[in-house]
Amino acid sequence: MTVDRETVRLQEDVLAKSRGIAERNRGWFVARNMLALNLVSSPGAGKTTLLERTVADLAGTIPISVIEGDQHTLNDAMRIRATGAPVVQINTGAACHLEADMVARALAELAPPQDSVLMIENVGNLVCPALFDLGEHAKVVIISVTEGDDKPAKYPHMVAASKLMLINKIDLLPHVDFDVSACIERARQVNPDIEVLQVSARTGEGMGAWRDWIARGYKAASEFSLV
Amino acid sequence: MHELGIARSIAGIVVERSGGRRVARVGLEVGSLAAIVPDAIQFCFEVCVRGTVAEGAALDVTEVPARATCRDCGHDFAADSWLEPCPQCGSLVHDRRGGDEVVVTEIELAAVEEMA
Repeated sequence: MTVDRETVRLQEDVLAKSRGIAERNRGWFVARNMLALNLVSSPGAGKTTLLERTVADLAGTIPISVIEGDQHTLNDAMRIRATGAPVVQINTGAACHLEADMVARALAELAPPQDSVLMIENVGNLVCPALFDLGEHAKVVIISVTEGDDKPAKYPHMVAASKLMLINKIDLLPHVDFDVSACIERARQVNPDIEVLQVSARTGEGMGAWRDWIARGYKAASEFSLV
Repeated sequence: MHELGIARSIAGIVVERSGGRRVARVGLEVGSLAAIVPDAIQFCFEVCVRGTVAEGAALDVTEVPARATCRDCGHDFAADSWLEPCPQCGSLVHDRRGGDEVVVTEIELAAVEEMA
């Protein structure tokens, strides 16, 4: 007996499994009235410093916990732990980004409380993390003024995937050639709806607006109930 | 190198749908904004199917453009990149749809000759 060559037509979404896990994470957050933010940037843009300051600023008002993603080391988790916030470190090893299943496992270990904020610090990389939904409410992309103001044009995926762009290290603006309005214009060419805040996690300048942004998201998440 | 994880998922789908028959070719559609490098996905696919029924199978990648609607003039067009001006009015402000899909569209199973 001979079976001929045969073509099987399919319509299989390769990313379906990872999207499914992301949706499960999202449901997990909704059930707990939690706001989950996925912080993305290139290495050195100041994500961890921003988080340290944010945790300190929100202390006593909004419960906050952190998932730290890095290829190696527990350094960032140790910095966050020093602020008093519960933290779990994920070491991705060879991988250049966090995926939804890693976050699901970290959530089981972290066990964040109801009505709280979860900050997920992704691996420092402006490419791959854009493509992977972790189940977060929003991606927040951080660009620092020591980088080029054309970063949004060079890394459009990340800007397109983000709800908010934080321009960090604005205390250094007098010393660098970074053109803030050019950066914002380029970002809006890729994502016309992206919100933009200018901050310095070091001096605290502009951090009030960032806190308010988190507080609004937190309020919306706590008011959104399934029951 | 997110292509490796994606290639692993593709290999999983192909092997599962092969019914144990040798796979000669796999058709894959990739959105133009999916940030998948064709050479990287080819290389990773070859590695991931090693030792399976799909070892040596060709991976045919077809790029599918995203669609964009211009916010200024309403023109609808195919967008191959993020910073493509509207072909009608030159505006750079659009709403984009799709372009991020990665879909296995077909697998070609090799002929089987069995001795009677």
